[in-house]
Amino acid sequence: MELSGGEILVQCLIDEGVEYIFGYPGGAVLHIYDALFKQDKVKHILVRHEQGATHAADGYARSSGKPGVVLVTSGPGATNAVTGIATAYMDSIPMVILSGQVPMAVIGSDAFQEADISGITRPCVKHNFLVKDVTKLASTIKKAFYLATTGRPGPVLVDIPKNLTDPRVKVPYEYPKTMTLRSYNPHVKGHRWQMKKAVDCLLEAKRPMIYTGGGIILGEASAELTELTRLLGYPITNTLMGLGAYPGTDKQFVGMLGMHGTYEANMAMHECDVLFAAGARFDDRITGIIAEFCPHAKIIHIDIDPSSISKNVRVDIPVVGELKPVLTEMIELVKSSDRKPDPVALTNWWKQIDGWRSLDSLGFDRDADVIKPQYVVEQLWEMTHGDAYITSDVGQHQMFAAQFYKFDKPRRWINSGGLGTMGFGMPAAIGTKLAFPDADVYCITGEASIQMCIQELATARQYRTAIKLVNLNNGYMGMVRQWQEFSYGSRYSQTYLEALPDFVKLAESYGHLGLRIDKKADVRPALEEAQRQKDRTIFLDFHIDPTENVYPMIEAGKAHNDMRLAPGVNPDAELA
Amino acid sequence: MSHIISILIENESGALARVAGLFSARGYNIESLTVAPTQDPTLSRMTLVTTGNPEIIEQITKQLNKLIDVVKLIDISESTHIERELMMVKARAVNGGREEIMRLTEIFRGNILDVTPTTYIIEITGEKSKLDAFLNTVGEDNIIEVVRSGTTGILRGERGLIV
Ligand SMILES: Cc1cc2nc3c(=O)[nH]c(=O)nc-3n(C[C@H](O)[C@H](O)[C@H](O)COP(=O)(O)OP(=O)(O)OC[C@H]3O[C@@H](n4cnc5c(N)ncnc54)[C@H](O)[C@@H]3O)c2cc1C
Ligand SMILES: Cc1ncc(C[n+]2csc(CCOP(=O)(O)OP(=O)(O)O)c2C)c(N)n1
Ligand SMILES: [Mg+2]
Repeated sequence: MELSGGEILVQCLIDEGVEYIFGYPGGAVLHIYDALFKQDKVKHILVRHEQGATHAADGYARSSGKPGVVLVTSGPGATNAVTGIATAYMDSIPMVILSGQVPMAVIGSDAFQEADISGITRPCVKHNFLVKDVTKLASTIKKAFYLATTGRPGPVLVDIPKNLTDPRVKVPYEYPKTMTLRSYNPHVKGHRWQMKKAVDCLLEAKRPMIYTGGGIILGEASAELTELTRLLGYPITNTLMGLGAYPGTDKQFVGMLGMHGTYEANMAMHECDVLFAAGARFDDRITGIIAEFCPHAKIIHIDIDPSSISKNVRVDIPVVGELKPVLTEMIELVKSSDRKPDPVALTNWWKQIDGWRSLDSLGFDRDADVIKPQYVVEQLWEMTHGDAYITSDVGQHQMFAAQFYKFDKPRRWINSGGLGTMGFGMPAAIGTKLAFPDADVYCITGEASIQMCIQELATARQYRTAIKLVNLNNGYMGMVRQWQEFSYGSRYSQTYLEALPDFVKLAESYGHLGLRIDKKADVRPALEEAQRQKDRTIFLDFHIDPTENVYPMIEAGKAHNDMRLAPGVNPDAELA
Repeated sequence: MSHIISILIENESGALARVAGLFSARGYNIESLTVAPTQDPTLSRMTLVTTGNPEIIEQITKQLNKLIDVVKLIDISESTHIERELMMVKARAVNGGREEIMRLTEIFRGNILDVTPTTYIIEITGEKSKLDAFLNTVGEDNIIEVVRSGTTGILRGERGLIV
């Protein structure tokens, strides 16, 4: 089969099984768009800003586990995509970005809409390619998908000069079935001896703690993690990225850990004698001050990326490998071991943890007249039976969503943790809805974040992706305001949002439904209205308590056992 | 302590930028970096001299290994190895200085590559410390220009960095 470069690209996507491609046209990709026009297998989703394309592809990837695919033009198209690429990179999300480039003959001449996008993205992609030969196009695309989806996943960019897609130049096409690279051999199986050591150490623990993260979700290892955790009977905490990897309503789950984690999760981290870390990368939002991190613990760490191990915290028993096979083998090792978890020690440990738990560190004023953000999320959780897809933006609302929506399944919680990108939520919800057209997809957002990609309301309209926006409108960049309240003497420098739009009218002007909610009594009915809307996007603008803060909080430079608790929560009262 | 990391890397455009970018992005030191193709034209060999405590060196090697273009690497300073650097020095050589510099060049087993009535160009190879010592001995006042290749190295014996 002889095809032009543009046709090759499209055929590669078809052969790769790509369902959706999120993009925005321009001069350098015109040939490609023309090739797209002539087929109907790959559906193109026209966004309204290239950042939206990357976040939508990202939401599609996080919810479905399949790589997200993006197509942008050269120069400004490609640079607009950078924030979304970096977002995917920080959270290890599989994504393939195809960018048009100026023709090879003028590369380096400051040509119209030329940007060195391989140079610009080098630090925020797993890998990138500048294709220079049309006969290498198909194999390069295959490499890109292979790299993006194996090992530690991540975004891979392929930059394609315009002359390579010229419809007049046809070359033989063959899509490689498999790919190997001599320089890339991701570890899969764990080292048997290390796993044995890890299991011995786990079974000797008196105060064990399981700490897992996004890797469990990326590695599809929830079932194995759940089995192992139940087998051992040990407490488990998840990072922000790991929520849903273990059922959030299970009694062994002690909540999220870290800066805005629960009292019991953080205290258990501080007091544990064995820490079993899996698919988590010891981010500074979870370690607090490193010098006082898990001071009594022997640390076991499983990760597919050797560079995640002992990067921030020294690990005693490292296991490099893919979580699914490693956890499977560890379950067997636990079952076949003569050792059993020490029942007396474990009972005492749980007693201590339940004491911390009884503090109810996520408590909030349920009787308040004003709408509390926690209340909205809690109601949403109840109403959807914890079974909706929830995307979020960045800020207090994100933390409330993480704390109060108890995710029982993986891939239901879709947020930007590593980069913390405001503007992520709505396009990610669109991508999620495309992946799961029959599911309920909510985006929990804030009035500041939502405005960063507000233009994607048009995309939601064009493709009838009926998403549900829950705007926790506090009139502030709440998360920043909170820091200013705690650490800058309540000097609210530039965090008050004046001139907010009327979100109801705004939503309506895009052809969506809009509702403004000012009274607590209207919260549940509004959510139920949203739940009823199966065909239309609805924007719920909740006017919430503008002074609410996220608790607990480990402030910068503090340790796990040094949390700032909500006013009225007194740790000395524990166990009383 | 200095570490000498030898890297086999795909001879692709951008490969060098990936390595250099990694060091600047993560705040690692590079003392020197040399790169050239090997007998296999699809592979380049880099020698990178860096400093840092053992934890940092461990991260550096892990991060380098993570680069898709890196085929293989080894910290040769951890085993018996040979290291060499090439240096060319343009020195002021007038009056009695001419004799003196010639004598020093002999002691350091260097070669004089170019002679003018007022200058010499001297070539010296050796370990970094030997080159430093030569410069010290010649003295700053007599040195017009120095160019150094940066350290390269190779493991002794059967072991090596091969694919
Ligand atoms: C406003 C704000 C507040 C935040 N507060 C908190 C907080 O209180 N608590 C919190 O936890 N986070 C918080 N975060 C998020 C935080 O910044 C990090 O993104 C998060 O902690 C990282 O999660 P993780 O360790 O699970 O790593 P991820 O980024 O999910 O990394 C996954 C790890 O798993 C490995 N991995 C991937 N696939 C596999 C596989 N198949 N097999 C084995 N290993 C694999 C990867 O190599 C990597 O090391 C906050 C973020 C924001 C924006
Ligand atoms: C693109 C971007 N710019 C700035 C920030 C810093 N930042 C983090 S949270 C936040 C405020 C978010 O406000 P809002 O969306 O209203 O959420 P709230 O905290 O009020 O719930 C800001 C500005 C960021 N995370 N992302
Ligand atoms: Mg706000």
